[in-house]
Amino acid sequence: MSDKRTADAIIVGGGVHGAAAAYYLKKAGVKDVVLFEKEYLSSGGSGRSAAGLRQHFGTEVNCRLAKYNLECFPTLEEELGGEHKLEFAQWGYLWVAYSQESMTQLEKNVKLQQSLDIPSETLSPQEMKRRWSYLNVDGMIGAAFCGKDGHINPHALTMAYGRAAEKLGAKVLTYSPVDKLLASGNKITGVVAKGEEWSAPRVLLTAGPWSTPLAATIGLDLPVTAERHNLLVTEPIEPFNCPMTLCLDDGAYFKQVPNGSFFFGRDDQDEPKTMESGNSAKFLEGVTKSVLQRIPFLKGVRIVHQWSGPYDVTPDHQAIIDWTPVEGLWTNCGWSGHGLQFGPSGGRLAKEMFFGEKTFVDIHNFRLSRFAEGDLFPEPAFI
Amino acid sequence: MKENDVVVCRCEEITLEEIRSWIDKGYKHFDELKRILRVGMGPCQGRGCRDIILRELSRATGEPISALDPGTIRPPVKPIKAGLCAYGEEVASK
Ligand SMILES: Cc1cc2nc3c(=O)[nH]c(=O)nc-3n(C[C@H](O)[C@H](O)[C@H](O)COP(=O)(O)OP(=O)(O)OC[C@H]3O[C@@H](n4cnc5c(N)ncnc54)[C@H](O)[C@@H]3O)c2cc1C
Ligand code: FES
Repeated sequence: MSDKRTADAIIVGGGVHGAAAAYYLKKAGVKDVVLFEKEYLSSGGSGRSAAGLRQHFGTEVNCRLAKYNLECFPTLEEELGGEHKLEFAQWGYLWVAYSQESMTQLEKNVKLQQSLDIPSETLSPQEMKRRWSYLNVDGMIGAAFCGKDGHINPHALTMAYGRAAEKLGAKVLTYSPVDKLLASGNKITGVVAKGEEWSAPRVLLTAGPWSTPLAATIGLDLPVTAERHNLLVTEPIEPFNCPMTLCLDDGAYFKQVPNGSFFFGRDDQDEPKTMESGNSAKFLEGVTKSVLQRIPFLKGVRIVHQWSGPYDVTPDHQAIIDWTPVEGLWTNCGWSGHGLQFGPSGGRLAKEMFFGEKTFVDIHNFRLSRFAEGDLFPEPAFI
Repeated sequence: MKENDVVVCRCEEITLEEIRSWIDKGYKHFDELKRILRVGMGPCQGRGCRDIILRELSRATGEPISALDPGTIRPPVKPIKAGLCAYGEEVASK
């Protein structure tokens, strides 16, 4: 690749979606691909996520894409060169319900998943107790479970995509923030990064919640907003393949990761709507209470630290994958807190759109104009 | 014992050799090494390894240690039992 500051495609944002797009574009033979990341790859939502992989969704397009993701993950480490260990594990994903309303929604979702050949099932509290005797199922009405779902190391996943893209000749520029997008008339022409102009006929915006201020630099409105979410990690204990266990009613979840540590997380509507990853003072008490109610024996496990990261929320909790009204500018952002796992499908879609191919799954629901049209399609399995 | 075999991060059992090899691959920030190797993320939160890693990064990049970003230190700074956070009471060890 030449030293000229031009490219066939510029990608803005090195989370999982930007890094995956760089890889799939290079793999498909695009000559000059440049990825800009303001810090290190995975420094945004991607690396801060709980890294749960699931096929439990309540809209068909998400189920189809999720199924594809789970087809990719088992061989992805090898495909991407093996340098970064992805720590992919399939310990399952369990959604528990304490209210009839939540259970009815879970049953509806599972029906849809089963119609698409996703191996999910609904479980009674008795069946849960039989499979995971350490769970306290008091008060639970039932659950949805998919044993093929699991976990991946989110930093490794993002960096592995970036590394593989680089090996194929992409320019991956870390610690290189884009100051603004450049457009002439109604056409994208490039970006300004660290004060330097770069030109390209196509620019992909994969900057998570930062996509909104970036799009605004050329007067384009994107309805993606930030929302801070918190997580904590415990010391490692002997792995017993505890599945990701998540409660729709209070938004709390926990899971064991392959090194034996536990992650605890919990939604809190009062958290600031910010991209800054500060520390919430009240998070620890609330999350440990909710989690220990469901898995009491973890009360003696030591918490090592907490962290936070920004969700990338849209009004219907669905991504925006579309060409924008600015010619040459397309987006893959706004995944609303479930986007890490869509790296493989998001990257593939970005590549198909670049070449003007028919996308492998119908994604018209993800179009940007749905907000103006009032044609939202809310994802019910949003947490 | 060769210098490279020295365990720099005892919490995560990472040797000097591993740290040097990832720096050689182009990962030249403490935050990147932290995400790849978990160095600095153990129960001691990097008290035992941060300075040595910053020294290695300084050597590789030519930047003085004072100019390097040492990463974020997150609460609780000393590991604390989950039961104590939830109910404010000491619980017997697991
Ligand atoms: C606490 C938490 C838990 C989560 N749990 C899960 C989960 O279990 N499963 C799941 O699938 N998803 C989960 N998510 C959601 C997931 O993290 C995101 O949906 C996903 O990572 C989005 O990826 P992305 O590549 O679109 O954006 P990001 O990863 O946010 O990447 C955007 C990148 O753009 C960069 N950037 C910003 N501004 C600029 C600029 N001006 N120039 C250059 N680069 C810039 C940022 O530094 C960042 O690296 C969770 C999120 C959080 C916060
Ligand atoms: S020695 Fe590295 S985190 Fe404790």
